[in-house]
Amino acid sequence: MGQDIKNLVDFLTSPTLYFIEFTLAIVFALKFRAFFTKKSVITAFFVVMTVFFVWAFGDPNFNRIITKPDNIPIIILLATVVYFSWLSLRRAYINDELIKKGEPTVEASMGKQRVFTWPDLVYSELIFLVLFTAVLIVWSIEITAPIEEPAASARTPNPSKAPWYFLGLQELLVYFDPWLAGVLLPSFIIVGLCAIPYIDVNPKGNGYYTFEERKFAVAFFWVGFLLFWVSFVILGTFLRGPNWSFFGPFEYWDLHKLEPMVNVDLATYFWTGMLDMARPTNPIIREMPGFVSLFIFFVVIPKALEKPLMNKLFNGDRAHLIRYHVMMQLLLWFALIPIKMLLRWTVSLKYIVGIPEWFFNV
Amino acid sequence: MNKVFDYIRASQIWRSIFRHGYPDTPRNRTLAVLSNFFLHLHPVKVRRSGIQLSYTWCMGGVTFFLFLIETITGLLLMFYYRPTAELAYQDIFALRENVPLGIMRELHRWSAHLMVISVWLHMYRVFLTGSYKAPREFNWNVGVILLVLTLLLSFTGYLLPWDQLAVWAITVGTNMARATPVLGHEGPGAALVSLGGLDFIHAGDDVRFGLLAGRFVGEGALLRFYVLHCVGIPIAAAVLMAVHFWRIRKDGGISGPL
Repeated sequence: MGQDIKNLVDFLTSPTLYFIEFTLAIVFALKFRAFFTKKSVITAFFVVMTVFFVWAFGDPNFNRIITKPDNIPIIILLATVVYFSWLSLRRAYINDELIKKGEPTVEASMGKQRVFTWPDLVYSELIFLVLFTAVLIVWSIEITAPIEEPAASARTPNPSKAPWYFLGLQELLVYFDPWLAGVLLPSFIIVGLCAIPYIDVNPKGNGYYTFEERKFAVAFFWVGFLLFWVSFVILGTFLRGPNWSFFGPFEYWDLHKLEPMVNVDLATYFWTGMLDMARPTNPIIREMPGFVSLFIFFVVIPKALEKPLMNKLFNGDRAHLIRYHVMMQLLLWFALIPIKMLLRWTVSLKYIVGIPEWFFNV
Repeated sequence: MNKVFDYIRASQIWRSIFRHGYPDTPRNRTLAVLSNFFLHLHPVKVRRSGIQLSYTWCMGGVTFFLFLIETITGLLLMFYYRPTAELAYQDIFALRENVPLGIMRELHRWSAHLMVISVWLHMYRVFLTGSYKAPREFNWNVGVILLVLTLLLSFTGYLLPWDQLAVWAITVGTNMARATPVLGHEGPGAALVSLGGLDFIHAGDDVRFGLLAGRFVGEGALLRFYVLHCVGIPIAAAVLMAVHFWRIRKDGGISGPL
């Protein structure tokens, strides 16, 4: 029985299933928010998780990965992110119901009241200050900061992991080359975050929680932050072992676990598979199928959607044209990640454009 | 007892510091905030919805608090830490072995982890309440840069213990810079920057070399990261934090329905 559960958990946390489950969880939570925002649901979730953790603690492999001192923050991250997502959705749901009835939101009715900073604000600041100091001191006394063997540039540990907050990007290295996963995509994240206020011109939902009034924005951020950032950090921390191979939480980190990877370039599919001929030697001609696909993806699609989307988002006002195209480019770059992941899982696609001689692989 | 307090409060010393009576009247509560350098970050009055914990999650405040903890513990750690390849590891090791009840490194490390989380949650909350919308667009941008600086602070600090974890995590992280388009020696377009068969971008002068002061994570990288961690990035973060807090006030205080 116990072993069956462990095997099931190991099976369910394999990268493909893990990603699909997380996606479904987000879709269901947003879709059935009337149910998921109940207090009993979040209580049940934390009770089940606690029971699971306590039970799983007896397993040596689970214990080893969970109790690493530097992994404790990631447990905190998981718990706080789930709780705050629930809290925000709950408040959004309450506000949405109020708006439907034509009543002011919770924030609007409370916001009319002004209270003195002293004592109402400074006291809660003081309480938080004392509370956090106490927690940090207890934590620091209980758990010693780890220190490993002295640095040795000749001895590479396996696995070599980046700091935990960058593990989402390291996970992307499975699907993309470093120039995309490590340089371009992080730059797009920063640029994209900065661009958000200038792209999102929806005046509603300013200063209060809501879902109905800005469905796309909230759903987008849930997917971006929860799925592609936090869930990847958790995956990278707990489920990636030697050689960046996948290991279930109850699995022994076997150095010799090898996952066969036979990934095929789009060019090979096209020239050898479809046309049944040798791949051309000139890289430009060889990678034409990839260039055409990327051209369609980044140029034709935004142009084709220009009219309907401009009408929907900006009432067809051409003054917003730059706004629209910047938004589309950022969204398409973002969409490239799940698309590449799906192509890898379904048809073992390696590169859409693969020119290793110039380090230009997409 | 009350007599003693009354005596202290009536003394010239006390009155030279606090120029108002006990803050239990509207007038004194106003003065308590206005006449105090630290409290004058706040407005005198705030929206009740704006200080509700389930609205703000207090994550911005927690981040600032953790930054202060990091500054204090970091300063103390600097007394005992020498950023050279021979001494760095020994100094960190000595902190654990030779200091009874020493928790400065622990406080520094756990607070750093928490700070990364609290910054993310702060951004999450600000997004979900639409608080980046006009007139707060610029302050959201300052916040994004502060978030990046927080990650860089943590990243540069990661190297300093000079143990296997540190060196290899930074190696993995900085290896990405090799692949920077045009500027990294394994990046697309780097081969274009050449003249008469002479490559200008190679492992000895690309952007990664500039970051690490060498071809691998060595002594040069340690000093570079130490200076950035202790001086460069904190100063930039402190300046931007001042802008961030000031703009909160100028943009209308903690966000609420318009």
